[in-house]
Amino acid sequence: MTDTTPLDDMIVCPTCDLVYSAPRVALREKAVCLRCGTVLVAPRRKAGKQLVALALTVLILIGAASVFPFLTIGAAGVRHEASILDTAFAFSGSLSILAVAVLFFIIIIPALRLILLIYVLTPIIRDRPPAPYAKSAFRLSEALIPWSMAEIFALGCAVALVKLSDLAEVLFGPAAWIFAILVVLVVASDRLMCRYSIWTSLKD
Amino acid sequence: MDLPEGLKTARERGLVGCTRCTRPSRIGTRICPRCGSPLRSRDPLSLQKVWAWWLVGLGCYIPANLYPMLETRTLVSSQSDTIVGGAIDLASHGNLGVAIIILIASVLIPVGKFVIVAGLAIGVRHGPQISDHRRHLLYEVVEYIGRWSMIDVFVVAILSSLVQLQALATITPGWASLFFALSVIFTMLSAQSFDSRLIWDSAPDAAHPAPEDHDPSKERTA
Repeated sequence: MTDTTPLDDMIVCPTCDLVYSAPRVALREKAVCLRCGTVLVAPRRKAGKQLVALALTVLILIGAASVFPFLTIGAAGVRHEASILDTAFAFSGSLSILAVAVLFFIIIIPALRLILLIYVLTPIIRDRPPAPYAKSAFRLSEALIPWSMAEIFALGCAVALVKLSDLAEVLFGPAAWIFAILVVLVVASDRLMCRYSIWTSLKD
Repeated sequence: MDLPEGLKTARERGLVGCTRCTRPSRIGTRICPRCGSPLRSRDPLSLQKVWAWWLVGLGCYIPANLYPMLETRTLVSSQSDTIVGGAIDLASHGNLGVAIIILIASVLIPVGKFVIVAGLAIGVRHGPQISDHRRHLLYEVVEYIGRWSMIDVFVVAILSSLVQLQALATITPGWASLFFALSVIFTMLSAQSFDSRLIWDSAPDAAHPAPEDHDPSKERTA
């Protein structure tokens, strides 16, 4: 690597600031920072198409999961079922601000992130020029990642189930299974995504 | 530090790296030409922001432990439980396993996050006591674990929406749930404000060449 390498062909590790000349990374291989181990480049074949497909699937699942009941409780002949929307609105009165927050964390932010991702990636996989404001859209989608908590909610269901299991009879509704699938898909799409490849293809 | 031969940081080379898209720019560039993110070689306000969010987060964590998290009403009794109180209650009823899980998730992990973030910030300011690789590991753990603390709030929401069995049993969320959620949000913001590049700058044996040692005119903009 010399000092005359064009800036566009260099990579700076976002975590520890080391400079590399952008490596040629074969498909299914990945380039990691030698000092801190951050993954820099990890291209996958047809990752864009798969990501759009996964994002659409998850989006539909989130829609379905929010209306179907996801847990049913029964004890001494009394039954009650709850959907995701019921869960968010469990916080009422002076706690209703928390209802809004929960709704954002488990439905609105994950859905918004996926819509942005589909918007950004669809022109790329069709070999069209990037969509207008694609850069801002992808930046926002990246910034939303820590606040998109659908998978944490899914684990919360499991914890609630354990807590209630000796008090009452708890049954999974359709939405609980949808959420279980959703967790797997979210993890899968995280592993597919190569940010470096997306950013370089968004460059005009 | 076992830095591989010939590798330098962007700052040592008179560059500033984009933390979003990894593209380097000449130092002084404000906006990344590839992705449009604001560029800063090091965030000069990083530690101040870390401490500000950290303090607010701690301020919310205290009432989260004092107020009840859940209020349970059954045919015979009505009971409100704080986080620790609920765990002790469970333990005394023989549910030791669940009690330990609750204590780890709601007490040990949040307190650990406060200690680690404070430790990282102090290490950057006053010289670290442990190796930069270990500090980097702690940073990654805090970044990864932070959002998972929200699980407590979700469990409260699930329990109170589900356990609505008329007179038989009802669960309603208490004030602690709001403070706990706020505490998680603020500690996440605190960890996000931490500029991880400072970990490597403050390594005890790291070289600190002044940026002007380097002739930036050699760099060619693309």
